[in-house]
Amino acid sequence: MNFDPRYSGRNFSSVGTRPIRPDGVDKVTGRARYGADFNMAGQLVGRILRSPHAHAIIKKIDTSKAEKLAGVKAVITAADLPDLTDGDAAMYDILDNCMARTKALYDGHAVAAVAAIDARTARQALKLIEVDYEVLPHVTDVDEAMKHTAPLINDAIFTEGLEEKPVKPSNVSKRTQYGHGDVHQGFAQADTIVQRSFKTEQTHQGYIEPHACVASVNPDGTADLWVCTQGHFVYRQHCAQLLGLEASKLRVTSSEIGGGFGGKTHVWAEPVALALSRKAGRPVKLVMTRDEVFRASGPTSATSIDVKIGARKDGTITAAEATLRYSCGPYAGMWAEIGAMTAFACYKLENVKTVGYEVLVNRPKTAAYRAPSAPMAAFAVESAVDELAKEIGIDPVDFRIKNAAQEGTRASYGPVYGPIGIGPTLEAVKNHPHMKAPLKANQGRGMACGFWFNFGGQTCTDLNIGMDGTVSLAVGTVDVGGSRASLSLVAAEELGIDYSHVKAIVADTSSLGYNDMTDGSRGTFSSSMATISAARNAIKILRERAAQMWDISVDDVAWEKGHAVAKGETHGNLGKLSLKEIAAQSGKTGGPIAGHSELVADGAGVSFATHICDIEVDPETGSTRVIRYTVVQDAGKAVHPTYVEGQYQGGAAQGIGWALNEEYIYGKDGRLQNPGFLDYRIPVCSDLPMIDTQILEIPNPNHPYGVRGVGETSIVPPLAAIANAVSNAVGVRMSHIPMSPPRILAALEAERERFSR
Amino acid sequence: MAGVAVSTTINGDHVEYLCQPDETLLDVLRDRLGLTGAKEGCGTGDCGACSVIVDNRLVCSCLVLGAEAEGRQIETIEGMAHGDQLHPLQQKFLEHAALQCGICTPGFLIAAKDLLAKNPSPTEEEIRFGLAGNLCRCTGYDKIVRAVQDAANVMKGA
Repeated sequence: MNFDPRYSGRNFSSVGTRPIRPDGVDKVTGRARYGADFNMAGQLVGRILRSPHAHAIIKKIDTSKAEKLAGVKAVITAADLPDLTDGDAAMYDILDNCMARTKALYDGHAVAAVAAIDARTARQALKLIEVDYEVLPHVTDVDEAMKHTAPLINDAIFTEGLEEKPVKPSNVSKRTQYGHGDVHQGFAQADTIVQRSFKTEQTHQGYIEPHACVASVNPDGTADLWVCTQGHFVYRQHCAQLLGLEASKLRVTSSEIGGGFGGKTHVWAEPVALALSRKAGRPVKLVMTRDEVFRASGPTSATSIDVKIGARKDGTITAAEATLRYSCGPYAGMWAEIGAMTAFACYKLENVKTVGYEVLVNRPKTAAYRAPSAPMAAFAVESAVDELAKEIGIDPVDFRIKNAAQEGTRASYGPVYGPIGIGPTLEAVKNHPHMKAPLKANQGRGMACGFWFNFGGQTCTDLNIGMDGTVSLAVGTVDVGGSRASLSLVAAEELGIDYSHVKAIVADTSSLGYNDMTDGSRGTFSSSMATISAARNAIKILRERAAQMWDISVDDVAWEKGHAVAKGETHGNLGKLSLKEIAAQSGKTGGPIAGHSELVADGAGVSFATHICDIEVDPETGSTRVIRYTVVQDAGKAVHPTYVEGQYQGGAAQGIGWALNEEYIYGKDGRLQNPGFLDYRIPVCSDLPMIDTQILEIPNPNHPYGVRGVGETSIVPPLAAIANAVSNAVGVRMSHIPMSPPRILAALEAERERFSR
Repeated sequence: MAGVAVSTTINGDHVEYLCQPDETLLDVLRDRLGLTGAKEGCGTGDCGACSVIVDNRLVCSCLVLGAEAEGRQIETIEGMAHGDQLHPLQQKFLEHAALQCGICTPGFLIAAKDLLAKNPSPTEEEIRFGLAGNLCRCTGYDKIVRAVQDAANVMKGA
């Protein structure tokens, strides 16, 4: 049956309500099983040896002493993970990141691994592995890495995207450019131009659950992997390719996931665990320590961004330009490109140009972090927009409203927008009581906008109707924050039954067709589309069965509110058949009733948010507190509004941490100095106020219920909103994130010196 | 290394086990006793995901040795509900959606239970500081604080 994904207005009965999630009781009783909560018979403990050097040639690894230690069952190096990537450069980088092949490229890079009968033996064995390193000069700063004098990290990297291929390799893997119009002409028309440079430091996704898996490879070539992941089908592909397994023989089960935020979207230790299991002939559990999580997984890019924006006296932006340099870790990336695409996406611009540079540094391989790359670009652009509004003398909200993108606007990254929410979020902020609340001394208010694309992707869903009339929904998108509740609501809505009669689960890779991972805010968007499609397929069968039970034509059977209804004058006496009644007879009318759907969920509606933030700065210490915070964001349609609010609040809190506290601090030796939650301090409960939310619903025309992704956009505006608030409070433009107390004090000191001169 | 014989009480039940002298209570709970409700988020006492109550005192079980449990009364998340009757905090965490991924939830529930035992009517600020030893990366804490406030009200009325 052809599925029509277009939006059609309807009165919802289940969607939009706030029931308790189906996985809730397990999670409040401690029964939910996460990555490290699973065990297999005969299981060994795996541990990874990591480089203490930021950049070093691995001359020799001697594992003989470790192998002789009693209780050690396998020791592996890169030699046990031969290169099967067949020219796939991205996969080769993932392989090299899992286990360094010729060079250690960052502090924490895996160089060897062991499997032993217990953790203590495994730890002891690591100490017995002798690695002969030739330490090389390193570079960890994004601007330093771009200099011609910088140590070269990979001599096979020649900058792509230049008019001519460079003759020498460099640490810049790619240059990208977006935009339209003529910025030179645009700036010539401007009455006021703001030009400024910004920096943001590297942060970690900070999921509380470290990466964890249990791998079991059997002699017959079959294998099982239990793992916390955002995409078990993707992990299956990666692992099968890297280990030389047949994908269908590797069953990957996604455990409950203790946070991912983009950091669990590609494999890290799983191929290592599988290789250990293969060599030892026993299952292996591999769990990262927190130190390893910080040193070797995640993080996001550190950035250096220049922004120039010009406007006429009336507040019309005439031109906007940005150069964005993003660190990628020691491998080629596409992070600056995403920043270049998102930077000016909120605005209607005639002349816009963005250029991105992907920069290799001796830091962990950059991974996606919630709306990856967008928060840093938004920080730079929204700071400059605020400053420009101030210089022209227009209220920053009105200035943004005047220049906001609309339906029909050509986005700075290319496409023409459909119905979008940037204008409405700005209007809501303009009228929000928060904007009118009084401020006290040392307090400041800021606001900022944010954009994220959202993604759809490959999706496969099964909906099975039991003989008791209850429904099992098997989805393939990992539930990172309540999507089993929202998808159950959608199934209930479409079938016309009560939410309590639907139970959604995340199926393993052998039970369902391929699904892309849960990224791009796609979990509820794409799986709800597939669920609606699967439910409609099931309804078709339910109608056929009712027709059979009544002995009438299926064309005379409609589906209304969970019941088959006979239509037409001759069937007036037939009444209704409930889903439950039809299901009860299914054994006699043709067997089990199910609906299946496989689709590519195109048309993920773009998402916009505007945030308001009040902060208070202590001028003595430079310490900053967020005292009030409001998120306004378009959800398209909020399927489970409480979990939508949760996404808004969680993204804002992560952004607050990024803006004020969180950063990777590297020593001169290239080693990470703060790989723990004590020194890498994420916001705690006493750091934050309540986070108010306002959900706007501007339906996505490409989803039957109007749903847009909601998960990521909320982390985009906070860096800028808080920077604008701090700048308003202290009277100095803050241009370096995080705005930690020393940076704020330094800015205040510089300002005092400027005045005293 | 010789094992240490430990006799203790966990969630009201008498329990005996052998553990290594350097083994944490968290490892004993998870790896020897199958009580995997307490989670290891850091192993250094910074995240609170492994929170348990030992003799009415809230501790990070990753910072307590298994051997130190001798003769103590230990409460873990697995003992929080009574049969099929959820503790009011568990119920309110569900109703308020005070969890997203849920990995921090056992630790928050234990810490909140300890907080309300000592202060049945905490202010918002007292809740925020009382739970500041537990990290949550998903929720921004808003719904957690509201769930604890609501549970406190229910428990006072009970």
